[in-house]
Amino acid sequence: MAPLRMNPQRAPAPTLSRLARTEERTAWVFLVPSLVLFLVFTGLPVLAAFAISFTHWDLFNPPALVGLGNYLTLWHDPIFRQVLGNTAYYVLAAVPLQMLLGLLCALGLNRAAVPGKNVFRVIYFLPVVTSTVAAGLVWAWIFNSNFGLINMGLSLFGVTELPKWLVSSRWAMPAVIVVSVWQGLGYAMVLFLAGLQNIRPELYEAAAIDGATGARRLWHITLPLLSPMTFFVFIISIIGSFQIFELVFVMTKAGPANATNTLVFYIYQNGFMFYQMGYASAAAMVLFLIVLVATLIQYRLQDRWVHYD
Amino acid sequence: MIERTAPRPVDWLVFLALIAGAVVMCGPFAWMISTSLKPMAEVFKFPPELVSAHPQPANYLRIFTTISFGRAITNSLIVATGVTLLQLVVCSMAAYAFACLRFRGREALFLIYLSALMVPSQVTLIPNFILVRDLGWIDTYQGLILPYAFSSFGTFLLRQYMKTIPRELIEAARIDGASHFQIYFSLVLPLARPALGALAIFTFVAQWNNFLWPLITTTKPEMQVTTVALATLQGQFNTDWPLLMTGSVLAIVPMLVVFAIGNRSFISGITAGSFGGK
Repeated sequence: MAPLRMNPQRAPAPTLSRLARTEERTAWVFLVPSLVLFLVFTGLPVLAAFAISFTHWDLFNPPALVGLGNYLTLWHDPIFRQVLGNTAYYVLAAVPLQMLLGLLCALGLNRAAVPGKNVFRVIYFLPVVTSTVAAGLVWAWIFNSNFGLINMGLSLFGVTELPKWLVSSRWAMPAVIVVSVWQGLGYAMVLFLAGLQNIRPELYEAAAIDGATGARRLWHITLPLLSPMTFFVFIISIIGSFQIFELVFVMTKAGPANATNTLVFYIYQNGFMFYQMGYASAAAMVLFLIVLVATLIQYRLQDRWVHYD
Repeated sequence: MIERTAPRPVDWLVFLALIAGAVVMCGPFAWMISTSLKPMAEVFKFPPELVSAHPQPANYLRIFTTISFGRAITNSLIVATGVTLLQLVVCSMAAYAFACLRFRGREALFLIYLSALMVPSQVTLIPNFILVRDLGWIDTYQGLILPYAFSSFGTFLLRQYMKTIPRELIEAARIDGASHFQIYFSLVLPLARPALGALAIFTFVAQWNNFLWPLITTTKPEMQVTTVALATLQGQFNTDWPLLMTGSVLAIVPMLVVFAIGNRSFISGITAGSFGGK
């Protein structure tokens, strides 16, 4: 059955047979398109971004080396501090809400006897495939402080101190958070559902024999066995949330007075509105670092509380 | 055993909660469609009404005459289709090499591709913008399409799927004298159709909704894609809510249709990533 090949286990060059060499050459032919595209649009740009972050470059004059200048400016930049604070506020509110609601939906949809499960699953997922720009526009209209659906509804209930939502430095960020939870919870739900369906039913049978009730089953079987998926959802939600941009762009333009300015918006603003490519790249490196550290910390922590059965 | 019996009271409570949730999830869509059909005067009416007494389907014509929205939709279709087709070819070729061929450095190269998943796209934004600008690709389809022609996620997804194809099938084809290219094209690709479908639908939706890259690499109105045209429309007509809502409906509905047709493969594409590496 096996093709003519001299011991494929031993790969070093001199012992490669003609067939193995053909296979190796073919492999690289198949890899050429992806290698070229990867190098040109991902690999080299990452290195370039790092290099640009040490320069001052307005795109019209040649770049000038400034060493750590951009990073020092970032460190002392009060707006950048505010931007980091805003981003942290957003992430810390949006991620847990999105995960909790996604988990609740998944637990509900995982019950065998609940009618209309497939319809619910599709409905809850619709915002995920919706264009964020269009969704942001719709919600900007809903949160409109004079004629929006929410304030009209609140005044129907007799509320007189109506929040100014997107033009209020206090309420703009909560509004953005509401929209991103609305848009993202279906994604978490679908992943949690996949995780729940991976739990073997025998475990629940055994628990039933031992007389475990619903709440105890949830706490002692479902949640521990779901933890690898919870961990995965957590990581991708954190990484995704740090990159929030479109909602801010459409709903608030980072305002009022930078109250909703986030990391990616700040990168965009400095790079493409102020033409400070070096400064924007330094801010992008901070984003890169945050995403990397978040990933690494979580990989470390997963051993402590994640159960793989 | 999870019982397949009639719903119990708890199940009905869950059902009611899910209905309430569904209303909140659908509310914005309903309000968007409702506003898109209203005459301007009714938009600011208190209390608000869901169904207008004088529906204005003509709003949907107005958006095509106010700005070149038809052109924007065409551009989105061209870009999303172009990126999808290219990714299917490029990622499936790479995935075939990783899953079905033996070569030195295979694991190392795969890890390098995978590590790209940790790089936020905003990190490469500025260098890519400068590259595309220097190539003279601002306001071109190649500038919009080529940076997305390869994806680590797509390669990973397809490689995981191709690994499940029995090796004996490939070995047998080799013995019958099939070349690696023939095996890729007539054996592996047809067998990987579910994964290719998931990647196609996933990529198409992501590209249709893409915003930041087309925002910075297009300057002419005739090269704008739908999302950028919509944001421009917002800047010009920021209180003309019926017009903005018709634009939103037109930007959202095609993806809802795509999702309605392919929601199973879309979701399988998302969940496949989460069980990866096992």
